[in-house]
Amino acid sequence: MTDAIRLLVGTRKGAWMLRSDAARAGWRTQGPLFLGQIVNHFVRDPRDGRTLLMAASTGHLGPTILRSTDGGTSWTEASRPPAFPKGEPHGRAVDHTFWLEPGHASEPGVWWAGTSPPALFRSADGGDTWDSVEGLNLHPQVLDWFPPEGGTPDGAILNQVVIDPRDARHMYLATCSAGVLETTDQGQGWRPLNQNVRCDFLPDPYPEFGQDSHFLALAPSDPDRLWQQNHCGVYRLDRPGERWTRIGEAMPKDIGDVGFTIVPHARERDTAWVWPMDGTDVWPRVSPGGRPAAYRTRDGGASWERQDRGFPVEQGWFTVKRQAFCADARDPMGLYIGTTGGEIWMSGDEGETWRQVAAHLPEIYSLSAVPAG
Amino acid sequence: MIRVAIPSQLIAYTAGATRVEADGATVGAVLDDLDRRFPGLKFRVVDEQDRIRRHMRVFVGQHEAKALAVPVRDGGEVLIFGALSGG
Repeated sequence: MTDAIRLLVGTRKGAWMLRSDAARAGWRTQGPLFLGQIVNHFVRDPRDGRTLLMAASTGHLGPTILRSTDGGTSWTEASRPPAFPKGEPHGRAVDHTFWLEPGHASEPGVWWAGTSPPALFRSADGGDTWDSVEGLNLHPQVLDWFPPEGGTPDGAILNQVVIDPRDARHMYLATCSAGVLETTDQGQGWRPLNQNVRCDFLPDPYPEFGQDSHFLALAPSDPDRLWQQNHCGVYRLDRPGERWTRIGEAMPKDIGDVGFTIVPHARERDTAWVWPMDGTDVWPRVSPGGRPAAYRTRDGGASWERQDRGFPVEQGWFTVKRQAFCADARDPMGLYIGTTGGEIWMSGDEGETWRQVAAHLPEIYSLSAVPAG
Repeated sequence: MIRVAIPSQLIAYTAGATRVEADGATVGAVLDDLDRRFPGLKFRVVDEQDRIRRHMRVFVGQHEAKALAVPVRDGGEVLIFGALSGG
């Protein structure tokens, strides 16, 4: 494959797009789009290749979804963005949408949205109108899973929606206060899937739920293999197993296994990358020691290798947020990070070397690599 | 007829207009009328439980309206502002 790549960049102050040449050597920055909007996620629909959705809000205004059906040339606002029903029993209102997930390949037009406060919404019309998924949002345990006063500094979040590519009814959620939840009936029933995932911040360090699951990824080559970057470590689970293994124990002790995100290889089931951050004492959440690096495992997490060639060797304090580490599907794979310092770095050789392809953007919240088309 | 002041944050909905007119006997009714003509505007000011959003402020004349039920007299003025809201 030699297709050019387009990067969809969501930032704290608007959205941008970068387009590469066929060799991924030269990059051109386009934008801004919706300058000043807080863009938590910016995603393309892989089923039609044209629809783009953006989860947006501003410091003042309520949240919305911005849509393009022509690859980003023109944009409209969702006519009914994710919102709880008026008068819903817990008095909740959507503060912002955090995650946008195109539905299963068998369901064109279906999208899913995870929000703050944690809740799940579904669209059946390409993201124009959204409905509350009551199987989760009115679940009898919803206030146990998502306590109203709980969550991360910007508000408790439903971090992520993950769909089994073999079965539209089988989905996972990554959440900030109930860990991983699983459904096998497309959202009517849910159960925690957190065995052996640690909670350093609760009296019971291995509860049924309560974990902060930062990021969950299915291996594209084996959807029964789950990779998880948790608030408390890096984990792997091979289904139908139920008990996670903390593969982050094999990371160097001076680096640790705290981070926001994990990226599996497109074709190799034992290969994945993490972006560690400093989780010592007061949790600085920066690159450990001011020396940014990705870490790669090629043996399912039994061992990890540092990949830092090209990054600053000192005084590099950025980190990479949940949706801001991604890969393309080319061979060799391209890897991309968007930093809290507004830089985009890429590797065209699966992490062996890195180079900066954009700088001086606002804090990057999300990054997605798609064929330029 | 109610005169409504539109803040910069919302002029994308009103084709750039900072002053518009609307009908309605309450703040909520005025916003509903605005939303009919400028779809999407209301939800960015008021959440789905009818609470005015934390960083938006709405005044009827000189008095701040904290709820949508606040009455507006015919010929009066509603002013919508973006409040202080971080960096």
